[in-house]
Amino acid sequence: MPDFVDILNALALMSNFVFVPALSYGAQLALGALGITLVFGILRFANFAHGDQMAFGTMVVVLVTFWLQAMGVSIDPVPTAFLALPIGIAVAILMSLGIDRTVYRFYRKRRVAPVIYVVASVGVMYLLNGLTRFVIGPDDQRFADGARFLINAREFKEMTGLAEGITIKVSQGLTVLISIIVVIALFWFLQKTRMGKAMRAYSDNEDLALLSGINPEKVVAVTWIIAATLATIAGTMYGLDKSFKPFTYFQLILPMFAAAIVGGIGQPVGAIVGGFIVAFSEVMLTYAYKKVALYLTHGGWEPEGLLQILSTEYKFAISFLILVVVLLVRPTGIFRGKVIT
Amino acid sequence: MKKVLLASSILALSAGLSGAAQAEVKLGVILGFTGPIESVTPGMADAAELAMKEVSDSGKLLGGETVVSVRGDSTCVDSAAAQAAAERLITSEGIAAIMGADCSGVTGAIANNVAVPKGIVMVSPSATSPALSTIEDNGYFFRTAPSDARQGQVLSDIAMDRGIKEIAVTYTNNDYGKGLADSFQAAYEAAGGKVSIVVPHEDGKADYSAEVGALAASGSEVLAVFGYVDQGGRGIIQSSLDTGAFGSFLIADGMTAESLLENFGDSIDGTVGTLPGTDSPGAAKFLEVAKSMGVDGDGPFRAESYDAAALILLAMQAAGSTDSAALKDKMLDVANAPGEPIYPGELAKALEIIASGGDVDYVGATAVELIGPGEAAGSYKELLVEGGKYTTVQIR
Repeated sequence: MPDFVDILNALALMSNFVFVPALSYGAQLALGALGITLVFGILRFANFAHGDQMAFGTMVVVLVTFWLQAMGVSIDPVPTAFLALPIGIAVAILMSLGIDRTVYRFYRKRRVAPVIYVVASVGVMYLLNGLTRFVIGPDDQRFADGARFLINAREFKEMTGLAEGITIKVSQGLTVLISIIVVIALFWFLQKTRMGKAMRAYSDNEDLALLSGINPEKVVAVTWIIAATLATIAGTMYGLDKSFKPFTYFQLILPMFAAAIVGGIGQPVGAIVGGFIVAFSEVMLTYAYKKVALYLTHGGWEPEGLLQILSTEYKFAISFLILVVVLLVRPTGIFRGKVIT
Repeated sequence: MKKVLLASSILALSAGLSGAAQAEVKLGVILGFTGPIESVTPGMADAAELAMKEVSDSGKLLGGETVVSVRGDSTCVDSAAAQAAAERLITSEGIAAIMGADCSGVTGAIANNVAVPKGIVMVSPSATSPALSTIEDNGYFFRTAPSDARQGQVLSDIAMDRGIKEIAVTYTNNDYGKGLADSFQAAYEAAGGKVSIVVPHEDGKADYSAEVGALAASGSEVLAVFGYVDQGGRGIIQSSLDTGAFGSFLIADGMTAESLLENFGDSIDGTVGTLPGTDSPGAAKFLEVAKSMGVDGDGPFRAESYDAAALILLAMQAAGSTDSAALKDKMLDVANAPGEPIYPGELAKALEIIASGGDVDYVGATAVELIGPGEAAGSYKELLVEGGKYTTVQIR
């Protein structure tokens, strides 16, 4: 039988390698998926450029951060990037509105089929893709500074006397905190303000909303502003936690879409739940549970293998797997969103 | 009739051209001038061309031939492009031999599909995959870089000497990483060690916590990282330190660089690594020679490149011909004992000795000793990280 310390050790081990990383990754995905789901709900198309809008906004944050660092500005222990974040958001909003003006409005006036929007967004994706690489290059950029750890593994071990440590990085703590604040603010906006209600009405039935005097251009503009803000925040958090590289942001659209669809596309709550489902699936399916099993059986059972369900190379495939299963079993997602047609 | 005339005039023209080309020997320098190692290759090409210039200036090669370098782009990663480049250099430039290629994948592609079928000698300064030891090369393929089978053995010896009986291994998912991990695992297990888990990692990802989680679950204390210091290797070490999964590492040549210490400092104290290198006087002499000719000799694989070009030219002298079929049989003769030892800057002397019927043992910048299928035996420095600095423990 495992004793109490063994159970604590197993819990610490799981927290360190599963719960903490999945929680912060899930929060980053949730913010990204919220943007996708809002654009889908209101503009009625799957925005493939979302990952690159994230990369573009984060790029501005990174550049401003570098500039601030060079000027000697610091808000230690909080990363300098938080000072740069408002500027990044502002530039990302201008970019999104500019793209809407030049690309999407043209198609909106003609009331084209959703698939044409999707293809246009693929074009925007490549444009932003190239622009980001042109400005900052394709390489890794590390812009995190300030304190690194809230709790570090060594301190945790000394404090508790356990054999296993838990590490929580400042970036992970901040990610979760900021996500909670942003999500609360967004839901308050959608539920309580006049504009938020107008957006929901527009999403529910466009013609009825127009008849009741809602200005569609304004609704669309506000949607882009929110989407760009969410994307830049999510991208900055992801970059602080990991690192900024344009290509990885481009790849993020897959788990973000999976998150939005699992939750029910067009449903903000669904995007958040979906983000955590995708993140926890990725981490839990590729984690090797051998050591956990050792603790829980008090060393009584040492498995031959590593008790790993999927090898880590398949991490990326999990998003695909989830997408396929959801579209087959429950195409509307958990919270009964729209079916993509 | 017209066609026959045209064909015969082309034939005459090309015969005339090849006749004119006899005054100079062309060597192909096929390296990845674009692509992932584009920052490394110009220095390698310069070093190879240094040896060619030394030989040309001496005026002693085959009665005074000059050597001309023709560069081609291997791209490091695109086999089709690399083969096209080699094909072009052989058929339209008429090169006598190839100094190259660089990365293991494209080197194998050129050797298998172009150089060997066409009967052109190829000497790679930097392809280290063990798989290249066993290709069907008909004696045309050589390398002045040691196979990673040797490095795997050295790494295993180091681990054993330090009392590491169990280890987790992660490698970058390509020919280099896989080859090195396999050879390390074979040597280590033969010596009685236990590899608890092997996890490949992809370069260029933002997050390696899943890989590190799996590696940590194996329960091993030490992690072997066979990757690139500016790529996934760094991410793996960063994530290991962050989560407290591993504190010390066994690293190979792709990781043992200054930038590793710039990133991690003394937080990876106790880490041991290997780097190709010797304490032979050739290395210092090469730096001197390079400096006097206005080339910077201090950089990855530059010494090997110089040696590769020098060996080809000495073998030509020994064969008395620029024909690859003849010179391939002389490569081992000039590279190995017996004979007068030859260091960088002494190529003129070597050409003279060979011309007068003597025997040379080319030591060069990297203490070249060609073994088995025509590859360098290879010596490595064992480096230990102490107080955030590399210290050389010994040469293996």
